[in-house]
Amino acid sequence: MLRKTFILLLGTILLSLIAACGASPEPVTVVETVVVTEEVEKIVTVEVAVEATTEAESGPLVVFGAYATAIEEPWDGVIHAALNAAQESGQIEYTFSDDIGYSGDMERILREVAEETQPDVIFGDAFGNEEAVRRVAADYPDIAFVFGSGGGPAEPNFSVFDNWIHEPAYLSGMLAGGLTKSNVIGVVGGLPVPEVNRIVNAFIAGAASVNPDVDVKTTFINSWFDPAAAKEAALAQIDAGADVLFAERFGVIEAAAENGLYAFGNMSDQTELAPEYVVSGPVWNMNPTVEYIINQVGGGTYTAQDLKDFSMVAKGGATLADINTAVEGGIPDDLLEQVQAKQQEIVSGLFRVDIDEAQPPTSSAAE
Amino acid sequence: MIEATFVTFLVGLLGATLRVATPLLFATIGELYTERSGVLNLGIEGIMFLGAFVGFAIAAKSAEAELAGYLWLGLGGAIVVGLIMGLLMAFFSVTLGVNQHVAGLGITLLSTGLALFGFRMIFGQSSVLPSIEPFAQLSIFGDLPILGPIFEQYLLTYVAFIVLLPLAWWLLYRTNYGLELRSVGENPEAADAAGVNVFRVRYITLALGAALMAIGGAFLSLAQLGAFSPGIIAGRGWVCIALVIFAKWDPIRAMWGALLFGGVFALQLRLQLLDLVDIPFEFFLALPYLVTIAALALAGRNVAYPGAYLKAYRRE
Repeated sequence: MLRKTFILLLGTILLSLIAACGASPEPVTVVETVVVTEEVEKIVTVEVAVEATTEAESGPLVVFGAYATAIEEPWDGVIHAALNAAQESGQIEYTFSDDIGYSGDMERILREVAEETQPDVIFGDAFGNEEAVRRVAADYPDIAFVFGSGGGPAEPNFSVFDNWIHEPAYLSGMLAGGLTKSNVIGVVGGLPVPEVNRIVNAFIAGAASVNPDVDVKTTFINSWFDPAAAKEAALAQIDAGADVLFAERFGVIEAAAENGLYAFGNMSDQTELAPEYVVSGPVWNMNPTVEYIINQVGGGTYTAQDLKDFSMVAKGGATLADINTAVEGGIPDDLLEQVQAKQQEIVSGLFRVDIDEAQPPTSSAAE
Repeated sequence: MIEATFVTFLVGLLGATLRVATPLLFATIGELYTERSGVLNLGIEGIMFLGAFVGFAIAAKSAEAELAGYLWLGLGGAIVVGLIMGLLMAFFSVTLGVNQHVAGLGITLLSTGLALFGFRMIFGQSSVLPSIEPFAQLSIFGDLPILGPIFEQYLLTYVAFIVLLPLAWWLLYRTNYGLELRSVGENPEAADAAGVNVFRVRYITLALGAALMAIGGAFLSLAQLGAFSPGIIAGRGWVCIALVIFAKWDPIRAMWGALLFGGVFALQLRLQLLDLVDIPFEFFLALPYLVTIAALALAGRNVAYPGAYLKAYRRE
């Protein structure tokens, strides 16, 4: 009898242990949420006090981040980094929940946050949760929903953004095309979704623009996170003759560095990963989007809109990572000049990089 | 010219096969031993993940402190955390005798959560993955013409195929411990009557098995990548569960299973690049799994599971 009680007790402990640690980084989330509630209470009291004077001076905006993947994943990592920066400069009070996944938790979390925290703005990535996110947004018209999405904005409060780094991807492609000696370049991508396809296609176009003989080989690993598989895919491309690699995903730069080959990062500046081999890469910067939204919401002029422009080169939302001229062997001056001239043309609007969202071919030369 | 390309293709393929098979072999041998004692450890996926994390975290911190053998410290840490998780699994499945599926999946969830939580605690949220200088590849027969690159492998790959595998076979079939282990997994009552301490043998085996799983995970973070990230194991633990059944609980067959999966994995990456026929890339990516299923269907018929498989032992 005693034994059974003991087992039952331990079973309960195990279950609660599992529940506590189950949904991967949930512990972080739990801690964050507690903080939010406290801070919101604080803000609410402040708001009550100043309500009589002006509404605009109600302190920093309360912003919540809702991410389907872990923030270590580069895409959501960029949004998170921009919101963190805004928090550090005192513009917003920021909390977040990540690794929410695509199995129905997004709607629950958004509704909870909308009811309890009542933030001014919710940032996040919709994509796999598109319908759920839009459903919640429609129910809370006073909250600005600003989400990464392949769809359009929805009145009155649902704005969309996306990463549009095809322009710096084109410039990276030019560098790669100029640097390859074997005329074979390898690209390892996650999944062939429009966001990835247009980057890879622009990269291929850039490479072909400076080197008509170039063959860009593209492999998808069908996962956002499997660096070991990405590295194996890159090594297979090296076996097939590739001497420059474009790392759309993590794991590829390691393969390049191991073999003493040039590599290009993606989404954020990856130079420090292998300073001798990482040349550059397209970088997405969400700061302009976040700044704009803070101003709009803070000023009471927010409307639903497509924020595409804020993620492109002209407004500083997309940049080419500083070209690392310290790579082994250096970079030829005429190639540098060519790339910089093209960059200037893009900034001034003289040159437009085509947006091609079709799945890139396995081998660009075969097309 | 065509011949030279073909040789590069084959040599690269063989080298990659051994590399991809290494973590699978470590973890499969670990699971195989565990199951031979009568316990299914579904904590394998999480234990590999935790091993990869702890190994990397200790190595990265030791490298920061400029300790010379930082990679070995990391590997040692992974082994220790593997032993601990194995003992935890043993506590649930041997001492408490709870459902092994639930306990194992619980261990996977717990280990995954702990690793991700610890990763963020220690390394924060950087946009560049923290990395270390990983184990170098040895080129023992590097001078060998043509075939040299095949032997450019990590030390742990050599250990897996030349040390671990024969040792695992010898331990299982030629030692007293191996006999006890097999008898405990087949008929614990008889083993107990013959004076074998069933509980002790299972505890030791689960701890050792989990340590091997952790080494398998740490191979990815300390040798292959020199970095840790979410998704680093990406289901490899579950593949090992299938490989154990394919192997019919025999270490040598487990090696063939790991090589088969690793080989098809490496082959499909290369076939994709050849661009011979217009097949969607998803088909190639699914190939290793399709082959595993096919191999299971063919070789896994009439498998004799260990007699006491999934059964907790009670002295009643």
